[in-house]
Amino acid sequence: MITAHVLSAKNWLSCLRPGDAITLISAAILVVFLFLNFWTNTRADRAIVRQGGELIAEFGLNNTRRVEVRGPIGITIIEIAAGRARVLSDSGPRQYCVQQGWLERANAVAICAPNQVSLLLAGSASGNRHDSLSY
Amino acid sequence: MTASATESATLILRPSADDHRIAAYAAAAIAITIAEAALPSPLPGVKPGLANIIVLVVLLRHGWKDAVWVSLLRVVAASLMGGTFLAPGFVMSLAGALCSLGVLGLSCRLPAAWFGPVSHSVLAAFAHIGGQILVARLWLVPHDGVFYLLPLFALAALLFGVVNGLLAGQILQGDAAVTLDGVLSAPTGTTTGEMELSK
Repeated sequence: MITAHVLSAKNWLSCLRPGDAITLISAAILVVFLFLNFWTNTRADRAIVRQGGELIAEFGLNNTRRVEVRGPIGITIIEIAAGRARVLSDSGPRQYCVQQGWLERANAVAICAPNQVSLLLAGSASGNRHDSLSY
Repeated sequence: MTASATESATLILRPSADDHRIAAYAAAAIAITIAEAALPSPLPGVKPGLANIIVLVVLLRHGWKDAVWVSLLRVVAASLMGGTFLAPGFVMSLAGALCSLGVLGLSCRLPAAWFGPVSHSVLAAFAHIGGQILVARLWLVPHDGVFYLLPLFALAALLFGVVNGLLAGQILQGDAAVTLDGVLSAPTGTTTGEMELSK
């Protein structure tokens, strides 16, 4: 008896009212919009390195390089290579920022909190609309 | 005055029927929150929020004021039991609760013939994540990176909002018919502090 009640779709849907459809459709549209807005692939084109909230440097992602940042508990090494960047090593105890591995997308961020170092990838919102310009 | 001098020296708090009712609902909500904390979560912060079923039922049975009491009692008591009182998790949960209560205060004025528990639940769920992500952005992670998780949170809000709304609808199904002004009449038996979650 109870099983039949629980399995009956009609029973479950009986509390739905006409306006609920409006709510559900609007909510679904909002979810789709949020995915399109925040998850469409904006490629990162530069890495922003901060220490203690201060901007240390901004690097393009095209050139391979290693950057050493000195913080209160030691040195954090950031590696930039071929359109991506990572925290190569950090003196923090938990190594969260190192374990994040390579960051590739715009707005991706790795924070080494103990050493107050953050690595943020930035990209223009327009992404790679132009791959070349000529006059 | 003189006759009751000794009596008035002692402060006696007599819980009213309203207090009993709110306490019973809040206890149910707290129990659900604690039980839910044991469930594994695919992503930190994504939880079904099953305790909101109770808040919805209270809202539609007894009105917004009672829902506010139950929801806030739940947030405070569950955080005390979980040991997160005043910790970031508590502030996040309070922010979510306050935002969803604000939205429920508006949504319960919608015509009840058109908007049922599922609408209230979905709207409250979106307000909940909205409030939480705002607090996270302003305070915990002052960086736009938090918005990266917003689509996932919104999807979870939609799914769990619908599920919780349907569950609340099931609980409310046995209640008295909806009156025209959208207020459900309270079931009998609540004056003694009993609570009927299902019929």
